[in-house]
Amino acid sequence: MLSFVLRRIGVMALTAIALTFIVFYLTNLPPNLEKLAKSEGSVRMADDAVASWLERNGHTGPMLVRYGQWLGVVPGWTREEDGVTTGRCIPRGTDPATAPRYCGILQGQWGYSTVFKAPVVTMLGRSLGHTAWLMLAVMLVMVPSALALGVLSGMREGSRLDRVLSTFAIATTATPEYVSGVVFVALFASATAGISPLLAEWGLISGKTLFQGTATSAMEDITFWNFALPVMTIALYGIGYIARMTRASMTEVMTAQYIRTARLKGASFRQVVVRHALRNALIAPFTVIMLQFPWLLNGVVIVETLFNYKGFGWTLVQAAGNNDIDMLLACSVVAVFVVLVTQLISDIGYVFLNPRIRLA
Amino acid sequence: MTNWDPSKPILEIENLSISFFTRLREIPAVMDFSCTVMAGEAMGLVGESGCGKSTVALAVMRDLGKNGRITAGRILFKGRDLVTMSDEELRQIRGSEIAMIYQEPMASLNPAMKIGAQLAEVPMIHQGMGRDEAWKLARQIVADVRLPDPDRIINAYPHQLSGGQQQRIVIAMALMSKPALLILDEPTTALDVTVEAGIVDLVKDLGEKYGTSMLFISHNLGLVMDVCDRLCVMYSGEAVETGAVTEVFDTMRHPYTQALFRSIPLPGADKNSRPLISIPGNFPLPHERPQGCNFGPRCDYFQKGRCDAAEIAMSGVPGGDRHASRCLKWAEIDWSAPPKARVSKEKVPVGEIVLKMDDLKKYYSVSGSAFGGGSRKVVKANETLSFEAREGETLAIVGESGCGKSTFAKVLMGLETATSGQIMLFDENVQSTPIQKRNTDTVSKVQMVFQNPFDTLNPSMNVGRQIIRALEIFRYGGSDAERHARMLELLDLVKLPRAFAERMPRQLSGGQKQRVGIARAFAGGAKVVVADEPVSALDVSVQAAVTDLLMDIQRENRTTLLFISHDLSIVRYLSDRVMVMYLGHVVEMGTTDQVFSPPYHPYTEALLSAVPIADTHVERKRIVLEGDIPSAMNPPPGCPFQTRCRWKSQVPGGLCEREVPPVQVLEGGHQIKCHLDREVLARMEPVIKIAAE
Amino acid sequence: MEDLSWGMIIVKGLGRFWPVWLALAATFLISHRFRRRLGLYGKLFDSPVGMAGFAIVMFWVFTAFFADMIITHDPLSQLSGMKNKLPGTALTNPAEGAYPWYLFGGDHLARDVFSRMVMGARRVLQIAPAATLFAFMVGISLGLPAGYFGGKLDTLLSFVANLVLAFPVILLFYLLVTPEMVQTGIPIYLAAFLFIFPILFLTVLWNSRYFMVPARRNLYVGVTLVIGLWAYSGLAFNADPTGIWSMDPNLLNVFVSVVFVNSPGVFRIVRGMVMDIKARDYVAAGQTRGEGPWYIMLWEILPNARGPLIVDFCLRIGYTTILLGTLGFFGLGVSPESPDWGSTIDDGRRLLNIFPHPALVPALALMSLVLGLNLLADGLREESLKD
Repeated sequence: MLSFVLRRIGVMALTAIALTFIVFYLTNLPPNLEKLAKSEGSVRMADDAVASWLERNGHTGPMLVRYGQWLGVVPGWTREEDGVTTGRCIPRGTDPATAPRYCGILQGQWGYSTVFKAPVVTMLGRSLGHTAWLMLAVMLVMVPSALALGVLSGMREGSRLDRVLSTFAIATTATPEYVSGVVFVALFASATAGISPLLAEWGLISGKTLFQGTATSAMEDITFWNFALPVMTIALYGIGYIARMTRASMTEVMTAQYIRTARLKGASFRQVVVRHALRNALIAPFTVIMLQFPWLLNGVVIVETLFNYKGFGWTLVQAAGNNDIDMLLACSVVAVFVVLVTQLISDIGYVFLNPRIRLA
Repeated sequence: MTNWDPSKPILEIENLSISFFTRLREIPAVMDFSCTVMAGEAMGLVGESGCGKSTVALAVMRDLGKNGRITAGRILFKGRDLVTMSDEELRQIRGSEIAMIYQEPMASLNPAMKIGAQLAEVPMIHQGMGRDEAWKLARQIVADVRLPDPDRIINAYPHQLSGGQQQRIVIAMALMSKPALLILDEPTTALDVTVEAGIVDLVKDLGEKYGTSMLFISHNLGLVMDVCDRLCVMYSGEAVETGAVTEVFDTMRHPYTQALFRSIPLPGADKNSRPLISIPGNFPLPHERPQGCNFGPRCDYFQKGRCDAAEIAMSGVPGGDRHASRCLKWAEIDWSAPPKARVSKEKVPVGEIVLKMDDLKKYYSVSGSAFGGGSRKVVKANETLSFEAREGETLAIVGESGCGKSTFAKVLMGLETATSGQIMLFDENVQSTPIQKRNTDTVSKVQMVFQNPFDTLNPSMNVGRQIIRALEIFRYGGSDAERHARMLELLDLVKLPRAFAERMPRQLSGGQKQRVGIARAFAGGAKVVVADEPVSALDVSVQAAVTDLLMDIQRENRTTLLFISHDLSIVRYLSDRVMVMYLGHVVEMGTTDQVFSPPYHPYTEALLSAVPIADTHVERKRIVLEGDIPSAMNPPPGCPFQTRCRWKSQVPGGLCEREVPPVQVLEGGHQIKCHLDREVLARMEPVIKIAAE
Repeated sequence: MEDLSWGMIIVKGLGRFWPVWLALAATFLISHRFRRRLGLYGKLFDSPVGMAGFAIVMFWVFTAFFADMIITHDPLSQLSGMKNKLPGTALTNPAEGAYPWYLFGGDHLARDVFSRMVMGARRVLQIAPAATLFAFMVGISLGLPAGYFGGKLDTLLSFVANLVLAFPVILLFYLLVTPEMVQTGIPIYLAAFLFIFPILFLTVLWNSRYFMVPARRNLYVGVTLVIGLWAYSGLAFNADPTGIWSMDPNLLNVFVSVVFVNSPGVFRIVRGMVMDIKARDYVAAGQTRGEGPWYIMLWEILPNARGPLIVDFCLRIGYTTILLGTLGFFGLGVSPESPDWGSTIDDGRRLLNIFPHPALVPALALMSLVLGLNLLADGLREESLKD
């Protein structure tokens, strides 16, 4: 078991290195750097001025070396000009002699965001905090309801309950976040359409709309009225997907021979479902829930943009849209890390839940 | 249940009819089925697949699924009608009064629950027993089904046990609340014969010990004879004959029962002088059943206008013990007349040596644990295999699972290369030549017939195309037309209508698919054919036909047939020479007569004794082996068979546990790999005795 | 002209789709009549779910096909006074012969929402199925050998596939679908790599089947190579001398990215199925006849994996549609004028609180198409299991 975990972690580290290198490569392509030079220097910079700016700021040299510097395994570049030493690890105005040799993300030097005019770490920390609340709420809504839905529809395949729940699940998987978000806002948070005008007319709500169409205020103070729509928007897509997986797994288990054995032992339907089917049926969805994270990240990006909630996704969009290389790289590292860790948990959890593998 | 009189039947099924309902039509699965099981009686339900025997069992449990429905009749259990019982009443009877044992032990146990918990659940549900007490009972019952180390077993998960142990657990589960009726649905079909023998013994003993009545479902007539007092033969959804076992076996009164017995290889049958007689035609599909007698179209005694006039009812056979037959003409038929269709055939003389294996070894290296880590182990799949096979000869390779017979086939075919040793095929050494490097000629000369008929043909290509492809790849003929003509000839050869060329495999029955497989194997004029259990997945009546076909083609083409099987009955029937394998070793080899009569290798002796024989005149010595076949990953030291051998004490000094025995060559070239002295071997008694008629 | 009531909007809207209704009716009548002879497709008509899905999908397919006949206005033209007008608003001063209403209202640039939705269907259905097909070609071509041979090849390919799958899709799109990326030429290299797979696939397919009959083999392989390489040169390098095959660089970038994101998923499914099917006896029978590995993969294994693959194909077109919408939503790789559903939703969401209709219409359109595909996949899955 230990060697299995170690090997998984080894593969994970390799994946992380490969992925961050790809991201580094793609964000440091010459056109991106040129754009960076022009935005940091001046827009009307000539080509040779761009080249010298890049030269001065350490954006030349082999890609691998620059990647190593960014990662913190290759010493940061230094450069002497007019007796002034500048370098990657030497903040302006400090003594070059006291500066560390390495300053990559491994040393905690995540760089400076050109969009937010602030250190990346500060920005990232704040936005991750916002997103953590969002994710927590999503998980709390999504996982229990999805599992319940899946189990309920899977335990009696083909029943009317199953038909209704399955149709609902299919409908939600067909509704990406940018669609459900738009529909939700139109239905619940529009002053001219949906149910809000009616409610306002009847005097049931004091404001113009039932829910708030943005979640900006949730960054300060989370309330049901400003948080429900973004949470539901992300959760909805996942609910359908996980519910379908759970249903498939549940129907498969319910037709298994050992369920018949249990039934013919005289166990009641409830006992059959709870004692015999559930544990076996939840092994597969567990993996799915964990592997949902990359997609949840997608949802987060869309929803934070749609509802103007300044979390991780919103930051990612701003960074990507404005060629903020350090910020984008940092976001990628976080995203890749989250995805890989959840994959690891999924693998280990699968082994742990399944005695057939655990005790083999 | 207090008002039930023990002299009345435990189970009484009256005119039961069951149908399955699909979107298109109603499919009757069982029609007008009646039978009674008295207290302490074991009732056998016999028939080929699709005859409805399992459906009857499930109907008794009232577990027919969504589509199945009982359309008529009553099932009285201790006088109460199960058909009209409410779900709650049924629940109380299931598991406590009626218990069921299934075919696939692994699938019948919950993989995520400990054995003890699964067993203890039964008394906890039905008697409201406390958890600790229930576990204690579970432990005791586990000991009762003769499992070693019950404390370890009740704390184990199902996958940690072997197939035989799992089936014992399923039996233990059924016995937890001492049911009045036990239903066994093919309980040993998934197990090896030597393991099966142990289970059968256990079931019989427990039946006597607890006085449980049994409904025993099987396709194997020999097994039914071993276990049951009475039996009921089913054909196409109907009971055709019922009565006491000996009576039905010796004085059958239905043509189907007779045909069935004539198509199974009993001792005394011989491929040349007394060949088997297969039942002509095919089993009717449920919605294509004929008018009148269902067996009519395949029956030798069929009389037009009479047998197909109206539904036929069961009628009692006077003089018998509740013996009844669903045949109008049973009183007119001369049951002792010898079969008309029997044609004896010429024995084929054997020719040159075509295949010679010398000291063949095949080792695999596998990783030790499921996660790929751990030490690597060597699995010795084949250990020093030496034999030769001649033209026109049938060499049977006998053994149970894990004995290495399939690996041997793969090595011969070139799908794997041998670790060491020589394979001489027509004077060419092909030992280390994988199939990719063999020339077309060699490849087409060695072909294979596979075991599973549902797997042997590509489901998305029509039959003709598959045969033509074989012709193409063997570079037969110069044009498509030529190949097409040859394909039709091959269909003729395997006695299939030419129209089948256009059919898809799913439109064919198991036997027909197997015939196509044979046609494909002979497409390139194969000289050596490896048949890997070619009939074991087929119904008995079809088995005979496919076996005969193989024999006929062999006679014509003078093919060398390597017949891999675990079924000694069929091996005795068709082979010239036999090779018995156990855990990668050849433990005995000789002519069929040599192997089937003493001296035996101890394993062969046990194997012979384990195979049930459906003949009341045969007396068998019961030798039940202890335990299961060891894993090939972890074989015992010394003689591979020493862990289960009953003769071990006859060899002094623990030699069996230390050294692999040498091959002793007895007279007539009969080889036995055993430490036993020749004198001991000579003293062995025959396992099977045929009583004088 | 007067503004239309909601009832009239529905009536007139449905009326505009008359070619679609005719085509749908014809398809259903013919298919239903011959459903017993049409294999899996025919069995679809036994399943209400599958039929509903098929109807929705075909509705959009025919809409895309007849888009020019259905639209009421040019999807790009802006008519004065129609900015953010509600559905059913009559034109203020209609030109001669012009359709007198904006059926589904006007957007923030005073364009006709209805016509943009209809043209959006064409955009999506031009790209999504084709991109999915390419992803299948890549996934199948790599998944077959990975599953069949196993070993180091499998380890390597699986690692690369997991690498792509571990990327959050949005991040990948933000990195790949940018104008800078088009400048570097990376999409062309990617296209050169991804587009070669269909040609390889077909060539190996014919060769493994007909290598004993060189005349036929040469014909099939030759035709494949000529047409394939011709299209290849045009699509990947924009170097087709006749100009029939060509793709706008931005579109190529979107297309390539979508194929790239989808292929590893297909790869994983194919690999798993091959590992399952390769243990069957008919595969062993092929091996014992001395068939080459590619024949066994392409002709013995692949046809028997078709059921789940067809189901996945439908689901994946839906997924691709969602991805294309995501791209549009973030304004990646599409021209701002484009009637693409995703970017229309993005345009509309700015005024969502006040005028929801410009965003709602394409949102519901996209949802219904994906729903149709999912239902179709579900129906197919159910029917293919019933055999």
